[in-house]
Amino acid sequence: MPLTMKKQGDRLSVLLRGDIDHHSALPLRNAIDEAISRTRPKTLRLDFSEVTFMDSSGIGLVLGRYRNISTYGGALELSGLSLRYLKIMRLSGIEKIAKIRGGDESAKATK
Amino acid sequence: MQKPQNEMKLIFKSLSINEGFARVAVSAFAAQKDMTIEELNDIKTAVSEAVTNSIVHGYKNSIGDIYITCGIYNNNTIRIKIRDKGCGIEDIEKAMEPMYSSLGGDRAGLGFSVMECFTDRLKVSSKPGKGTTVILEKKVSIKC
Ligand SMILES: Nc1ncnc2c1ncn2[C@@H]1O[C@H](COP(=O)(O)OP(=O)(O)OP(=O)(O)O)[C@@H](O)[C@H]1O
Ligand SMILES: [Mg+2]
Repeated sequence: MPLTMKKQGDRLSVLLRGDIDHHSALPLRNAIDEAISRTRPKTLRLDFSEVTFMDSSGIGLVLGRYRNISTYGGALELSGLSLRYLKIMRLSGIEKIAKIRGGDESAKATK
Repeated sequence: MQKPQNEMKLIFKSLSINEGFARVAVSAFAAQKDMTIEELNDIKTAVSEAVTNSIVHGYKNSIGDIYITCGIYNNNTIRIKIRDKGCGIEDIEKAMEPMYSSLGGDRAGLGFSVMECFTDRLKVSSKPGKGTTVILEKKVSIKC
């Protein structure tokens, strides 16, 4: 599975890796949802710094996980988004519901 | 539009594993035209959206063929046609509205918005029961 998960206190951090498209999104979704229901984090952080490609399936993945954790009051954080991924994410207005942590926006701008 | 300088055609099955193949194949062909990595990634992203739509919506639970034609033109334009013989779209205008999706689950309804955002021209034609054709055009700059 192209992801690594870490539970630190109340936070579940998920490092996503590789391409996020419709094909890869389903196993990612299942793994993250399973970890959410098992650990009930106050904050879910999705880290995109190792993502090599993303299309609108990435937005769906994020919005779906937001719906999942917000049913019991959890918050969502996104990190490691390149300018390109940020541009895609912003089409959904995600910045209104998730905290977007600065980090390395310029370094991966070409992805 | 004049004749392309160069052109390629692809036919492949509507299996989700081919989403990655299709966008990489098109970008590998388009890359013979000088352009920035940004522009090449714009093309990859838009192609991925159109191909995914043919797989997820066009052919739904069945498997059919997806046809891609990619042309490189003298005026620094890349033109990509993605066609399926799937279920077609009843109301194209509604389908292209941001956040509209006929499927629930994790579909954001932003595929067409992404295609619009990353290309210079998007044309969708469709006939219910016959299939859908998406044409994407991208003007590319000459890399310095
Ligand atoms: N090739 C196609 N065949 C049939 N219907 C299509 C096709 N492409 C798009 N549609 C219709 O247009 C709608 C909008 O497409 P769009 O790509 O914008 O959103 P989506 O695929 O539903 O979600 P997302 O792309 O964000 O995962 C789809 O929900 C579907 O009803
Ligand atoms: Mg789509």
